[in-house]
Amino acid sequence: MTATVGNRRERIDALAARAGALPEGDGGVSLVKSAYRRLRRNPVAILGALIVVVFLLVALFAPWLAPKDPYAQSLLSEVRQGSIPGPRAGYPLGVDQLGRDLLSRLIYGARQSLLIGVVATVLGSFVGLVLGVLAGAFGGWVDTVIMRFVDILLSVPGLLMAISISVLLGQNQVSLMIAIAVTQIPVFARLLRGSMLVQRDRDYAVAAQALGVKRRKIVLSHVLPNSLSPVIVQATLSLATAIIEAAALSFLGLGDPDISRPEWGAMLASAQSVLSVRPQLAIYPALCIIVVALGFTLLGESLREALDPKFRR
Amino acid sequence: MLRFIVRRLLQLIPILLGLSILLFAWLRALPGGPAVAALGERATPAKIAAYNEAFGLNQPLWQQYLKFLGRAVRLNFGTSQTTGRPVTDEFLTRFPGTVELTVFAMVFAIGVGIPLGYLAARKHGTWIDSSSVIGSLLGVTIPVFFLAYLLRLIFAVQLGWLPGSGRQEVRLEATHITNFYVLDGLLTREWDASWDALLHLVLPGIALGTIPLAIIVRITRASVLDVANEDYVRTAQAKGLANNTVRRRHILRNALLPVSTTIGLQTGLLLSGAVLTETVFAFGGVGSTLRQAINTRDYALLQGFILILAIVYVLVNLLVDISYGLLDPRVRVK
Repeated sequence: MTATVGNRRERIDALAARAGALPEGDGGVSLVKSAYRRLRRNPVAILGALIVVVFLLVALFAPWLAPKDPYAQSLLSEVRQGSIPGPRAGYPLGVDQLGRDLLSRLIYGARQSLLIGVVATVLGSFVGLVLGVLAGAFGGWVDTVIMRFVDILLSVPGLLMAISISVLLGQNQVSLMIAIAVTQIPVFARLLRGSMLVQRDRDYAVAAQALGVKRRKIVLSHVLPNSLSPVIVQATLSLATAIIEAAALSFLGLGDPDISRPEWGAMLASAQSVLSVRPQLAIYPALCIIVVALGFTLLGESLREALDPKFRR
Repeated sequence: MLRFIVRRLLQLIPILLGLSILLFAWLRALPGGPAVAALGERATPAKIAAYNEAFGLNQPLWQQYLKFLGRAVRLNFGTSQTTGRPVTDEFLTRFPGTVELTVFAMVFAIGVGIPLGYLAARKHGTWIDSSSVIGSLLGVTIPVFFLAYLLRLIFAVQLGWLPGSGRQEVRLEATHITNFYVLDGLLTREWDASWDALLHLVLPGIALGTIPLAIIVRITRASVLDVANEDYVRTAQAKGLANNTVRRRHILRNALLPVSTTIGLQTGLLLSGAVLTETVFAFGGVGSTLRQAINTRDYALLQGFILILAIVYVLVNLLVDISYGLLDPRVRVK
């Protein structure tokens, strides 16, 4: 038990332990099936999933959905100091301070923002997963070394960590993703390790060991799949954080150097200078960020409830 | 209890050592390395070579690291290349502002959060409950800097009710002793200066306090709901204690344990630099200084600030652990 991060650690471990304490079946129904069944009955889960799916579709089909070219400064001639054109025919949400169609930029922005969030979370959870599996499977000094490293990562507040990494790697989209990913590694590593420690002593794992199954096989095909549910929950919740954090880094000038590229965080940041002229330019991208983050959070929370035995009926 | 504290203090050492190695490596991995960090990006090769010679940057890495560690232990992080002042001095002038802001934000978050969370739990299942749950979800997902800009636009720019930038009106020409402006005003009996500094805290404090507020509401609500179902609460009710006594002594007191942890952790997080909020309000604390350092690529300042802030964060977390040990005797035994 290390002092500094004790509480955060305990919380993550408690999560892992709770999800690990699942009964294997629910009257003959598999865990996944029963969880899915409960998810389908939960209106909050459906709302969350709906939001996520809609935004994913928008991101995927942006070129077909966007009414205008998001880069074209078609109404630039009508933008004046202290006045930016509002909604009109063909421009349902008006244009931004450079005369570009706001709706089209929001639609294309879904691509960038979701891409950053997804890549960062996948990367962060993957590295965390590998560290967690190594620590959980080997134990001993491997466990100690990895967990000390994770403690050091946890001792720097997330945003400061992300800032240091983006400064180091230079200002571009890839370093933005890596910076956010690194801040997510410790949570996943601890979560998976905790979850594996619980699973490792379960009867089925001991039985496999008694039958002489190799450790590699036990870990990869028995223990790991059963330890994954808290990780999936956390990944869903982390997506929300990643998108918000990306916006924050863009605001600090550590985002994409190509500022003409539509991305919600960058749009929100650049709209601040004209906030008193046309606040909608900031409000719409902010709403997009809030709604998407809300969608992932609702989905994640209801996944947690569905997988948590405490909420089983 | 003493052994518990000493053990936890000892456990800090490897973490701080590891962190110092990471930051040491960070400065060396930067394009150009420490010489460019200290001299700026336009330094000539000759100057860089001279700097490397003077500061022993030609020596083996482990020797360099030991020297860095020696300086860091004495809190010497070099000088800021934008202001030319020692990084530690720069930190000490900025930090009081951040502390004031954090205190204000946390008082706001706790003062509103605990009653609201408690109320939501007592009215479980009503509209009060569901709206506080939705509100706390919104509070976590709204980008902080957007909220800050919105508050500033409405209450400072358009309505003009509250000041929207800085820490104090410059023309008050207030005397500063400790750099805690509210406190300074009280010490020098310049009441208007103190009041003015306090008004400057309101908008950034609310913006900054929103996330802790949302989290406190959620944790309080969940924790009160949890505790209300405990056996000892039922026992207390069964033996005929007044409802108010049960609520106050048995439910609330036990429910506040996890809340106190959250409060501690959030305080540590806010202290470590409200980079976003302070930037919007040009507040002049640690956070806005960090933002400037990013823009000017003032690496010495970034390195020093991040290391000091991480130490602050780690120490606050330690305090949280210790106070948790005091509040909940079960923790000490583990």
